[in-house]
Amino acid sequence: MSAEKKEYWRWEESCWIDPDRNWRDARIVTAGIDVGSVSSQAVIVCDGELYGFNSMRTGNNSPDSATNALKGVLDKSGMKQADIHFVVGTGYGRVNVPFANKAITEIACHARGANYMGGNTVRTILDMGGQDCKAIHCDEKGKVTNFLMNDKCAAGTGRGMEVISDLMQIPIAELGMRSFDVDEEPAAVSSVCVVFAKSEALGLLKAGWTKNKVIAAYCQAMAERVVSLLERIGVEKEFFITGGIAKNPGVVKRIERLLKIEAVKTKYDSQIAGALGAGLFGYTLVMKQGAAAKQAA
Amino acid sequence: MITAGIDMGSRSVKVVLLEDITVEGAPQLKYSIRKTHLMLPGELDADQAAEQAFGDACRDAGVDRTAIKHIVATGAGRKQVPFSTDNVTEMSAGARGAVYMFPTVKTVVDVGAEEGRGIKTTAEGKASDYAGNEKCAAGAGSFAESMARALQLSLKDFGEYSLRSDKSIPMNAQCTVFAESEVVSMIHANTAKEDIAKAVLDAVASRVCAMVRRVGIENDVALIGGMVHNAGFVAALKKSLDVDNLLLPEMPEFIGALGAALIAAESGAAS
Repeated sequence: MSAEKKEYWRWEESCWIDPDRNWRDARIVTAGIDVGSVSSQAVIVCDGELYGFNSMRTGNNSPDSATNALKGVLDKSGMKQADIHFVVGTGYGRVNVPFANKAITEIACHARGANYMGGNTVRTILDMGGQDCKAIHCDEKGKVTNFLMNDKCAAGTGRGMEVISDLMQIPIAELGMRSFDVDEEPAAVSSVCVVFAKSEALGLLKAGWTKNKVIAAYCQAMAERVVSLLERIGVEKEFFITGGIAKNPGVVKRIERLLKIEAVKTKYDSQIAGALGAGLFGYTLVMKQGAAAKQAA
Repeated sequence: MITAGIDMGSRSVKVVLLEDITVEGAPQLKYSIRKTHLMLPGELDADQAAEQAFGDACRDAGVDRTAIKHIVATGAGRKQVPFSTDNVTEMSAGARGAVYMFPTVKTVVDVGAEEGRGIKTTAEGKASDYAGNEKCAAGAGSFAESMARALQLSLKDFGEYSLRSDKSIPMNAQCTVFAESEVVSMIHANTAKEDIAKAVLDAVASRVCAMVRRVGIENDVALIGGMVHNAGFVAALKKSLDVDNLLLPEMPEFIGALGAALIAAESGAAS
């Protein structure tokens, strides 16, 4: 493998701070850290509102990934770690966030984050992460009422799309739009297993299919796969998608087409839902502690 | 009479030509074998690969191909052989070929590149039941192949490395794609290649064993398919199946083609 080998499969890293607000005005500052299998996010919540986030790749060491993710957003806002009152860790590496005051499962955090990002009418959440896929039901407070997940098989997870991105040598962010640039919508690739789908994709290219058409067939297969998961739990409106694949319109559109429901759109990066939920949980916990302290006094 | 069996596997094409077969009684087997690799994405389409493998086999054997009247195709691409006279499933061909090699066989384990399966067979070599990996690459050769690639070892070395390990590290991932990440993590954690190789082959063996158990493990048990060449896998499977004796044919990847050629001979004798 050459050093300059392009990494098509990774999403761009991103860092954002709300330009209209100053964290110094906030009474309570909390942070949520989501250490996922592929990417890690840190979100800063000021008085229960999203203030800033940083999304970057997970390294081979979870504690470092957590520290680096947080450092990015701290540096950008001029904040120090000591300025944060409470940190909640979530995601696959949540127990490895060294500075977290508490760890909460990503399912609870995604529901809470989706409730903030998509509004309190969201009832069904599809979280399409790097190595798993979850269908979650929640109430108007963003509390989980039911969920189903696939973490055994790469089909229908971000990893599957990454494999195709690498194979086609097309950046992952472009796959969705390219999948619409076809003469006619192809049928889904027939293989479920990502390993077999890869062989099938190569065969289709060889048979003269354009890359875009193969991508379209794969996006369709992925949509069908996650819709079968969603249908087992049932889809209630409103419907919201989190995770990296929410940024792939090729999959999102096809899921919407199959479900005959439109997903609620958000202006935020869909990958931050887990960390945002964690930060919001942190805020609630600090408020509760404050109330308890007041009562004791 | 000369008959042919052609096994269109997912990775390679195998051809067996049989001459003067006495199907009943003690058979005298004269054969010519030829294997053409069909690595995907190959230089060749399936039908071209079939044509080339068959042509080469005839030439090597010095046989005029027009003299071969019965050609039975098998394998995943069995319908892509334009010159075949008939086709049979991999289960039928595998059972027939295995019983020909080992008449006492009741259970056939077939592990190839993209498929792993357990087949129950009658004494005549007719498949009566089977269970396979179906839609998932775990439990097939390609799983081991992916992991060997992650370790930068050839498949052969991979098997030999595993034999030098006495550890059993359980693998968490069932999915080949996730297992690859797990192997990378093991490499990062400085786990010895020998131990990783054994962990991987134990995992494949346990997946295959679960399939075989669905049809029932009845002695004698034979293993056919390309994975026979992997000594580490054979050892792991033997342990997993918990059998005293695991029969291993010579040229294990040709057993399907042999079975198809035998079926061709039978149909030729009948007509």
